[in-house]
Amino acid sequence: MPAAKAPASLRRLFDEIGTVDHVGIEERVAKYTTRSIKKKSKIFGLRLAVTMVDLTTLEGKDTPGKVASLCQKALTPHDVGDIPSTAAVCVYPVMVKHAKKHVGGTKVKIASVATAFPSGQTPLKTRLAEVRTAVSDGADEIDMVINRGAFLTGEFGRMQDEIAAVVEACGDATLKVILEVSELETYDNIRAASFLAMRVIRPGDFIKTSTGKTSSNATLGNNQVMLEAIRDHFLATGVPIAMKPAGGIRTAKQALHFLIAVKETLGDEWLNNRRYRFGASALLNDLVRQLEKERTGAYQAPWTFSEATEGY
Amino acid sequence: MTRLHITKTPKCYVGGAFIRSESGRVAELLDATGAFFANVPQCTRKDLRNAVEAAAKAGPGWAKRSAFNRGQILYRLAEMMEARGVELAEGITLSGVSKAEASREVAAAIERVVHYAGWTDKYEQVLGSVNPVASAHFNFTVTEPMGIVGILAPDDAPVLGLLSLILPAITSGNSVLALASTTQPYPSILLGEMLATSDLPGGVVNLLTGVRSELIPTFATHEHIRAISGVANEDERKALRLGAAESVKRVHLRKAEEPINWFADKMQGAEEIRALVEFKTTWHPVGA
Repeated sequence: MPAAKAPASLRRLFDEIGTVDHVGIEERVAKYTTRSIKKKSKIFGLRLAVTMVDLTTLEGKDTPGKVASLCQKALTPHDVGDIPSTAAVCVYPVMVKHAKKHVGGTKVKIASVATAFPSGQTPLKTRLAEVRTAVSDGADEIDMVINRGAFLTGEFGRMQDEIAAVVEACGDATLKVILEVSELETYDNIRAASFLAMRVIRPGDFIKTSTGKTSSNATLGNNQVMLEAIRDHFLATGVPIAMKPAGGIRTAKQALHFLIAVKETLGDEWLNNRRYRFGASALLNDLVRQLEKERTGAYQAPWTFSEATEGY
Repeated sequence: MTRLHITKTPKCYVGGAFIRSESGRVAELLDATGAFFANVPQCTRKDLRNAVEAAAKAGPGWAKRSAFNRGQILYRLAEMMEARGVELAEGITLSGVSKAEASREVAAAIERVVHYAGWTDKYEQVLGSVNPVASAHFNFTVTEPMGIVGILAPDDAPVLGLLSLILPAITSGNSVLALASTTQPYPSILLGEMLATSDLPGGVVNLLTGVRSELIPTFATHEHIRAISGVANEDERKALRLGAAESVKRVHLRKAEEPINWFADKMQGAEEIRALVEFKTTWHPVGA
């Protein structure tokens, strides 16, 4: 949706927050992949990334047993090498009580997607009930999806009211607002949706790129647009909002690129798991694999870390 | 009319693509008269790591192909080499050997490809077995490919030696990464171009050029490489065996100190395939 043809409400918003220089963003993020990171910084980055992972399983075939092994992995990603635990496990609402048995009382938090994840297409009443159930079952963090339909038709008030209602339903739980960037289509829309969300959530709540359930997920480009939105919002209001890219980040190298983006856009204040997270499942194995490579000096085989058991 | 002289940039064949070294390093390659011929990539351990990733990606698909199909594809490689045999022979003469000698090596190499193309659906019958056991079991042994095999080519026989090491590994469904002859790397560049058009899935054979002493420690310690096959001198053999013991990989090495007749019939066959497979024995209960 080009800004000129956008609904009046969106054009008014752009007058206020400014639009995104698409080419500039692409060029900026291309540079992040060319940084030379030396050994000490690499180990720092890899360990930091481990502590930022929201270890995720969001599948129809999830069972309490699978969640149990996910929790063990989050607590102890590897049996040697002094690898820190991850920030959180991320599961469906019905799995929260099972996760609670394993990570309750530890440093690892329980995040639960709620609000009819991933589409968000159920009545608000149902979505709020889901949030309350997850929180009362023990979820420390709630990942909600925004109403993309409301956003794309320009009903910003409705979109923000729904987020505000979820904030209220969360109580003490941290909220992560999933914008589902692939369905917003343009960088301008991502910036607009980021601002709309940031204006109704609390300091320390997150905005999050995607559900991981659509074709395109977190990229350095949309991550950068959201980081810059957070920066501009922080400079204007002093309210620090946290960020979580999710989906498609599978390798340690990608994770380091994202951390470079955080460091160079928002600074050290955001380089911790209260302000930045990775929503990922395969990423943790690769992070641990690279840390083991640095520790032992030998390139590692993936089967040492993975639950996957294919012969190769 | 004078034409612009088109010089060639030799590139390594890795993951089905033609790559320069990630380091950007090259070594000057001279022809038999001592004149500059081309800049050949000097691959690093990071290139080796990337080649392992490519081999790991391609391996399972290659192993799952039917034996007959693997044979068809190897035969297709022979066809591609036949068509560019003269060019391949010219690549060998860069080292100073005669044209006749180079053509002889190419002819033997093509025959070796066809030899293994024939073996793909036959080695299992020769290496596998039905075992007599004193219980109510049907007991049989079958082979499985090992996974990723590292190949260290000899300096001499840059085509025949290299292929004699690669072929038995891929015949049974392994994927390989091979370090080509250090003194005569150019024929391996040409071989990569032929592999690319042979229907062999990208990543099954990965060819690197570079300095042996830089890469051998990584060959030895990389845990994803399941076996090392090739030619090495005493120091290299020691380093490889030490690293292989740590990472539990098989080592199948010939001595670089002793002359090897790559043309000999004993350099090919089921025993070479046997060196790079795992055996799996199954006890299947049968009614008494």
